[in-house]
Amino acid sequence: MISFRLLKDRIARGGMLSVTLSVGVILFLVVAGLLVKSWPILSLKPLSSLLFSSAWRPNHGEFGFLPFLLGTIWVTAVAIVIAVPLCLLSAVYFSEYAPRLIRELSRPLVDVLAGIPSVVYGLWGVLVIVPLINGQIAPFFGSYSTGYCVLAGGAVLAIMIFPVIIHVSVEVFRSVPGEVREASLALGATRFQTVKFVVLRRALPGIIAAVVLGVSRAFGETMAVLMVAGNVPIIPRGIFDPAYPLPALIANNYGEMLSIPLYDSALLFASLVLFVVVIFFIVVSRLILKRIQARIE
Amino acid sequence: MDFKTHISVRDLSVSYGTAVALKNITVEIPEKKITAIIGPSGCGKSTLLKSFNRMIDLAEGARVSGAIVVDGENIFDPGVEVTAIRKKMGLLSQRPFVLPMSIYDNVAYGPRIHGTGSRKVLDPLVERYLREADLWEEVKDRLSQPASRLSVGQQQRLCLARGLAVEPEIILGDEPTSALDPKSSRKIEQRFLELKDDYTIVIVTHILRQAKRLADYVVFLYLGELIEAGPAQEIFRNPQKEMTREYIGGTIS
Amino acid sequence: MNGRRIEEGVFQGLMIASTLIIFLTLGMIIATVVAEGLPALSLQMITQTPQGGYYLGKEGGVLNAILGSLFLAGGASLLALVMSLPVVLYLNVYSHPRSPLSRFTRFSLDVLWGVPSIVYGAFGFTLMIALGLKASLLAGILTVALLVLPIMCRAMDEVMRMSPPELAEASYSLGATRLETALHILSRQCLPGIVTAVLLAFGRGIGDAASVILTAGFTDALPTSLLRPAATLPLAVFFQLGTPIPEVRERAYASALILTLLILLISLLSRLLARKFTRHVVR
Repeated sequence: MISFRLLKDRIARGGMLSVTLSVGVILFLVVAGLLVKSWPILSLKPLSSLLFSSAWRPNHGEFGFLPFLLGTIWVTAVAIVIAVPLCLLSAVYFSEYAPRLIRELSRPLVDVLAGIPSVVYGLWGVLVIVPLINGQIAPFFGSYSTGYCVLAGGAVLAIMIFPVIIHVSVEVFRSVPGEVREASLALGATRFQTVKFVVLRRALPGIIAAVVLGVSRAFGETMAVLMVAGNVPIIPRGIFDPAYPLPALIANNYGEMLSIPLYDSALLFASLVLFVVVIFFIVVSRLILKRIQARIE
Repeated sequence: MDFKTHISVRDLSVSYGTAVALKNITVEIPEKKITAIIGPSGCGKSTLLKSFNRMIDLAEGARVSGAIVVDGENIFDPGVEVTAIRKKMGLLSQRPFVLPMSIYDNVAYGPRIHGTGSRKVLDPLVERYLREADLWEEVKDRLSQPASRLSVGQQQRLCLARGLAVEPEIILGDEPTSALDPKSSRKIEQRFLELKDDYTIVIVTHILRQAKRLADYVVFLYLGELIEAGPAQEIFRNPQKEMTREYIGGTIS
Repeated sequence: MNGRRIEEGVFQGLMIASTLIIFLTLGMIIATVVAEGLPALSLQMITQTPQGGYYLGKEGGVLNAILGSLFLAGGASLLALVMSLPVVLYLNVYSHPRSPLSRFTRFSLDVLWGVPSIVYGAFGFTLMIALGLKASLLAGILTVALLVLPIMCRAMDEVMRMSPPELAEASYSLGATRLETALHILSRQCLPGIVTAVLLAFGRGIGDAASVILTAGFTDALPTSLLRPAATLPLAVFFQLGTPIPEVRERAYASALILTLLILLISLLSRLLARKFTRHVVR
């Protein structure tokens, strides 16, 4: 005869267990769903033609994703080039130099930055960055751009991934024990030399993890780049050329998805590619960070 | 010494993974007396105590063999309700951990989960146990304040009140005063001396003088084995085993 | 010796410059949104739905989008909460941290956390068609719930893992069951963190466009039915921005301002509530 309390406990346990199991089921469903819907196009066209051809004419049944893949890569690369130095320098400043007040103030500010929705970044990009490129930056480099280009997308993306990279980097720096810094300073090194030779070296894997995480974010970002990158399905030849990142492709064409044969399968295949790439980066980043955690303990 | 056994430990062995913590412990704990489990650190005192209220179940990789019989039933029997066992035993830990609620709710938590719900019953109950723990006067005007605002000594007394509120038969103390200042320690020790008339008390302590002050019965463990057990007078004045003599004399600690 | 000093100086300068750039950018973004949005913000914008000719510059507001966003994000957060709490409580109270189920669930949550919102949108779209739903508030809620579930779970899990194990032990030693410990002790100790997690998810859900663009549709009407399309603020901004008519574009700025203000408000609320609920938390 089991008491009512224990019965409640057992029922609750069963209920919670099923919900927990369903998390794994959800993951499985998402992957399976993407695979199943991509199957039609995958079975008709060889993977290499999908990934490496630049012929994009859905009406004629041609689905070459190369321009979009390269577009995403271009935009992400620009974002990383802009964001990483800025973020690293700031992260070093926050964790090694900044007085307590600034550190305390900055945390909520970075949080706010992280909370701003994608469309608002896109809007700002359209209002500020695009005209800037069109009017000042491109002519300065002797070329012409409408402003809706790789650089615009990369710049906006860079700002969007600031919080991720800074947050993880600061955490990583914090994990470097104080004694190591003290030892270096006691030997007469300057603050900066301590950072350069000691802290950075220990933190390097963590910084790589932070950057990888930033890349994964940039890859998957949709709205902001959709608004500023130009959305022309050609392979960009320079940062002033328009680009058509993969997420933007998916978001833009949902209207026609069902009317052109194989289009829906193609777009879901694009989603699958995004999924695989982003997850790959995240898993790599997690592994690095876990190893650092383990080393601390 | 004539006594009635309350807890009968029979051939108890506990290991965590490959490390053996307790080896074939057989000992009787007397009723309504204060028993002190003494021994150098790492000898298994806490493990023995945790076995009494089956908190050992929560430790990862813990394996138990043997039996502990309380009131005629082996607490390790598969049919036994763990929550009932734990209700019988009140635990006072080394570092007081108050629950994230008001002072009143802390004491009322135990009775509430075991079925008592109405304020009419709980109000006098809370007052009674806070008095038994010698804390009532200090908190009676702020029962609804968060318990975390009390001082460490007060928190430990609150934990005592909380443990008493479930009306246990046995009080277990795991180094109950080692985190407290001398004044609070003395208060807790005082309570134990007064409570032993109604409860069986088992405390683990590494402070020999505390054991001498409080204990009626002493159990000496060393490296997981029972070396000697007996009435406090005999153990402290005339220890039988060499190791006991050395520990009490201060040669080993 | 001097070389090092110069190096130190140069880099200190660069560091401060970087930090300033980052914060100035934030400031600029907010300033732009306010500067462009405030002039076009009127009571009408917040209290009316688009009337006839709204998209040509005539009367109306974005109440449809405001309410749509609130309902959608609210529904999604609620759904995610109903799922997250059991999962997190199970992981922290019932299962061993190193058990295969624990590890796999946390891994799944990590993966789901990283999935881009457009992929959820595409998946949601597929699900929608499979279930026979049209673009609707319900489809949007389901998709956004998927999006925010891992965010909520992770935030809650992090707080619960930090709870000292002795607290749970104190509860068990009083004879409490695991359910009682989970509901009365752990939840109370982690309440500020739970509230923050829910509001964090809500904020994320309300601002995301990629997940709703395929699933929630858009409409000028107020959200009255789960089965009809619903307007959302991010999409309202996006659509209004794309017109050649300047009045409508200005309304896009105003909508963006409304959205940003909403999110800032939620962030503030989250901090206030967290502080309020910390009253009983044990350090």
